[in-house]
Amino acid sequence: MDVEIGLRVDGEPHRLVVDTRTTLLDAMRERLGITSPKKGCDHGQCGACTVLLDGRRATTCLALAVAHDGAEIVTAAGLADGERLHPIQQALLDHDGLQCGYCTPGQVCSAVGMLAEAEAGWPSHVTADLSGAVELTDEEIAERMSGNLCRCGAYANIVAAIREAVR
Amino acid sequence: MIPFDYQRAEDTRSAVATVTARPGAAFLGAGTNLVDHLKLGVAAPDLLVDVSHLPFDMIEPLAGGGVRIGATVRNSDLAVDPVIRQRYPMVSAALLSGASGQLRNVATTAGNLMQRTRCPYFQDVTTPCNKRRPGSGCSALEGYHRDHAILGASRHCVAVHPSDLAVALTALGAVVQVEGVKGARSIPIIDLYRLPDDAPQHDTVLEHGELITAVDLPALPMATRSTYRKVRDRASYAFALVSVAAAVDVERGTVRDVRVALGGVAHKPWRARRAEEALRGAPATDDAFRAAAEAELAGARPLRDNAFKVPMARNTIVATLRELTRREEP
Repeated sequence: MDVEIGLRVDGEPHRLVVDTRTTLLDAMRERLGITSPKKGCDHGQCGACTVLLDGRRATTCLALAVAHDGAEIVTAAGLADGERLHPIQQALLDHDGLQCGYCTPGQVCSAVGMLAEAEAGWPSHVTADLSGAVELTDEEIAERMSGNLCRCGAYANIVAAIREAVR
Repeated sequence: MIPFDYQRAEDTRSAVATVTARPGAAFLGAGTNLVDHLKLGVAAPDLLVDVSHLPFDMIEPLAGGGVRIGATVRNSDLAVDPVIRQRYPMVSAALLSGASGQLRNVATTAGNLMQRTRCPYFQDVTTPCNKRRPGSGCSALEGYHRDHAILGASRHCVAVHPSDLAVALTALGAVVQVEGVKGARSIPIIDLYRLPDDAPQHDTVLEHGELITAVDLPALPMATRSTYRKVRDRASYAFALVSVAAAVDVERGTVRDVRVALGGVAHKPWRARRAEEALRGAPATDDAFRAAAEAELAGARPLRDNAFKVPMARNTIVATLRELTRREEP
């Protein structure tokens, strides 16, 4: 079954006809040529396909495109202001928070979404007091970023980069 | 993936009627489990009815002091809700221990409850599995089963239920509101889930086409002193080997009332009623906690490679109750 949908990605409106089986990730990558979100595991386990979906970080490999008609999506490529990188992107470069770089767009979007969640006072699994203030310690950053795997093992520098960007 | 039709549900009644009338139809929430199953071939619906936009996204007070959680409230929003954090911390803690930030942001309350086991054979269509294909056999019995059940299993299925939220809701005695073609019904969550017996293809008692619309939490003042402890192979983003949801009411060193439920040990979230009975009126001491845990686990029947879960469950029950009662004493 084919369905026409509209998506707004990094500010650009798109209209396309998708088979109902198409994921949001495949719609972006294969149909719209938007390759910033990466396909890692394709099962929601690695986080490489993370974008900001209607303002919140979300994986796109387990989302059906047809169910997200009208969605507003921001990818890592859409976070920079022209040549000026988003502070998270710059911090990852400054701290060598990547090696091969395949997971990086997902890490960037996840970090941006995560910082907004922390800013809003959302606790995490490692927050001692569920109703207290949130302080982004290294333990908190690691827990909140646990949905993004890095096969190169750049975790220590990813945490350092986010710690730096928080300041 | 076989082709399927897609409909965005206009209202509950028509969504329920549509799915009920079509044996191959399924409800779609966020899809974080179902879309994976479509890819794996575990599920092959011919129609998805998307209920994620139905107006069940509220957390509201109930007459009598309880709280109603709408079926489409996202896991993140439920976990951080101020009322849930303050009055039912075990619910927040359970949710925050599950999945990842990006999955919790989309996954729904009802979808969390309806997610299916992560038994590797259930998810691998090349292997026998009675839950996926009734009568084909259970590959886990003699295969990989260190994550599997120690309580209430059958020779037909030794899978465990994966939800953390459901364990907290079971400890609380939550009630699930369901809509079907014959009308609405309320199902205590303890009765929603089934043991496998000889029909492990049914995780719950829901009929095809019945839709969860809300989950009601009872007033239960003691739940303000509650928590969820999860033991797993890695520190984050993993399913439970064993988990414990507990609430306790202690007065002058004596347990007045207690709720305990276990995750990762059975086909359903396991309400530890024997442990609760042993604890009511008992001193709030490690010895009493251990005796209660052992009473509950006396019925455990571990498999070849998961006997470690019995002492792990005992120790986790003791540690959880100790944590709560240490906090309890002023």
